[in-house]
Amino acid sequence: MSGDVTLRPARARISLPAVDMSTSLAAFRAPNPVFTASGCAAAGRELAQFFDPADLGGIVTKSVMLDPRSGRPTPRMAETPSGMLNSIGLQGPGIAAFLDHDLPWLAERGARAVVSIAGSSVDEYVALALKLRGQPGLAMLEVNISCPNVEDRGQVFACDPRAAARVIAAIREKTAPTVPVFAKLSPDVTDIVGIAAAVMDAGADGLSMVNTLLGMVVNTATMRPLLAGVTGGLSGPAIKPVALRCVWQVHRAMPGVPILGMGGIRTGLDALEFILAGACAVSVGTAVFGDPSSPVRVLRELQQVLGERGFRGLGEAIGYAHRPTDPQGDA
Amino acid sequence: MNAIQVAGEVLSVRRSGAYWLMTLVAPGVAERAKPGQFVALAVGGEHSSMVLRRAFAIYQVAERGVYGGTVEVVFAVHGKGTEWLSRLHQHDPVNVVGPLGRPFRLPATPVPTVLVGGGYGSAPLFGLAAALSDRRCRVDFVIGAGSADRLFGVLDAKRMAVTLTVTTEDGTAGERGRVSDVLPEVLERSEAGLLYACGPMPMLRAVVAAAEEYGLPCEVAVEESMACGIGVCMTCVLPITGADGTTRMLRSCVDGPVFLGEQVRFDDVGTVPYGTLGAPVPLASA
Repeated sequence: MSGDVTLRPARARISLPAVDMSTSLAAFRAPNPVFTASGCAAAGRELAQFFDPADLGGIVTKSVMLDPRSGRPTPRMAETPSGMLNSIGLQGPGIAAFLDHDLPWLAERGARAVVSIAGSSVDEYVALALKLRGQPGLAMLEVNISCPNVEDRGQVFACDPRAAARVIAAIREKTAPTVPVFAKLSPDVTDIVGIAAAVMDAGADGLSMVNTLLGMVVNTATMRPLLAGVTGGLSGPAIKPVALRCVWQVHRAMPGVPILGMGGIRTGLDALEFILAGACAVSVGTAVFGDPSSPVRVLRELQQVLGERGFRGLGEAIGYAHRPTDPQGDA
Repeated sequence: MNAIQVAGEVLSVRRSGAYWLMTLVAPGVAERAKPGQFVALAVGGEHSSMVLRRAFAIYQVAERGVYGGTVEVVFAVHGKGTEWLSRLHQHDPVNVVGPLGRPFRLPATPVPTVLVGGGYGSAPLFGLAAALSDRRCRVDFVIGAGSADRLFGVLDAKRMAVTLTVTTEDGTAGERGRVSDVLPEVLERSEAGLLYACGPMPMLRAVVAAAEEYGLPCEVAVEESMACGIGVCMTCVLPITGADGTTRMLRSCVDGPVFLGEQVRFDDVGTVPYGTLGAPVPLASA
C-alpha cells in the first residue's frame, strides 16, 4: 500500500470496547454511571454548550432551597493544591424559579434530573419534597444534609445520626415511591458507617458520598482568613483518597446499599476506583470547572478501562475490589 | 452562550512592559468573539495540581491567519498559573474555553465615546474601539497605570483614537495622577455621549462617578476572580441593581463581565448588601 494517501473515516473516532454501562441507583435505571455533581453544574444549561446533558447518566442540580438565597459575600473561592475551597452559601433562585425554568429545561432535553435539595429545618426539606412530587423529569432526589439545623443551634444534620435520620424519614414519606431518595453524606464525621446506617434505617434508598471536607486558607498578605465565610468546602483530587475510603467502608459494612460516589474524580481511572470500591455510579464535580466537557470524557474513559480489564458490564465491576484474596495468587 | 472548548496552541509569548502577551491558535473562538468577552485557559498541563482555569480578557483576534483563528490575551504574572503561562513556547498546547461573557453593547447611532483603561484592563478596549470606529463613533482614549511599564496599549490607542490621554500615578509617563483626574476634561473636550471602562474596581468606581456627574451612561468590564468562567460555580458574584430596582448577586462571568456602571454597587462589592434578593433577613422584633 502506498504511504502517500491515508483514507480516514469521516468521523475519526476511537471505537470503545463493548461494555454494558447501564446501572441502577435503587429504582432509578440510568443508561450510564456518570453524573454531574451538585453545585458543579448549576442546572445543566451552561454545560450544554460543551455536551448534551442527556448523554450523562443524570444531571445532579445545585442544591435548591425553598426561597431565593443570596449566598455569602466574596471571596468565595480559593484554589488549593489539587483542589479548591468554596464558600458559596447555597446561592440559588429558590424552588419556584427552579420548577419554572430549570427542571422543565432538563426534562425537555431528555436529561435525567437528580435534584439536590437543602433546608435549614425538617419542615423545609419536607416542603421541598412536596413541591417536587410528580414533577416531570425528576429521576431522583439527593438530600444535601450538610446544612446547619436552625432548630438545633446550627448543628449540621449530616454530623448527627438522629437529625439526619429525621430529615430522610420525613422526605421519604412525602416522595413518590418511584423516586429514590439519596442522602448525601459529609466525610467530616467520626463514624461514616454509623451515619450511613442511620439514614438507611430511616428509609433512604441510597447514599451520595461524599460532600466536601471543611477547610480554610489564610491570606498571608492581609494575614486574615482568605474566604469571607472563613471556612469552605474542600473538593477536587485532593480529597479523592478520603472519599474512596468512605465509599469502601460503607460498601464493606452494607454491600447492598446503592452508592453514588464522588470526590476528586477527573479521569476514567478515578471513576473506576470508586466503582471497584463499591459505587454504582459516580459524579464528576470540581473537574468541570477546569474542563467543562470532563463528564463525557470520564464516561468514555471509564468504558475504555472497564473493557481493557475484561468487564462486559459495569455491574460486574461494582465492589470488585472487595473480593476475597485468592490463595492461589492473583485473581 | 456560544462558547466552545478547543485544544489550542501557543503561537507566541512575549513581554510588553510589565505584562505578557500571548497569541493562541484557537479555531472557532476567534470567529465567535466580540469585544469585552474573555477566554478561560487551563494551566499547568494535563497532570497539574492547579484545578481551575485562568480567565483573560481578549485583546485581539484574527479570524483567518496562516494558522487559523487566533486569540491574543495580555496578563501579569500573579501566581503559579500565570507564571506557567509566561514560560510556554511556540507550539505548546493550551486548552481554551471561549468566548465567554457578555460583550460591550454598541450604540445604534454614531455618538462620541470615551474609553478608559487601567493597567492591562485596557486590553479589551481596542477591539471595542475598532467596532465603534466602524460605526462612525468618535473614540477618545484615557489610559492609566501606576507607572509607565504598567501602561498597556498606548500605541494602539494613539493609532485608534482622536485623542489619547495617559496618566501614571508616579509621573513616569503622561500626566501624574489617575484617570479620574483627567476624565472631566476629556469628557468635555470630546462632548462624549457614552463611556466604556475596564480596569481595577476602584478605578471603575471613580469612572462611573464621573459618568454620573455628567449624566452619561457607562459600560464597565469588571475583573473578578473566577473558578469556572462558564457560570456554574457561583464564585464571581457582585451586587448588581437591576432595572427593576432589585439587587441580585450576579455572576460576572455570564451576567458580565460587562455591566452598566450605574447598576454595580461598587461600595458594596465583597458584601451581600441589605435587601439583596435572598439575603439573610435580620430577625424581626416582636
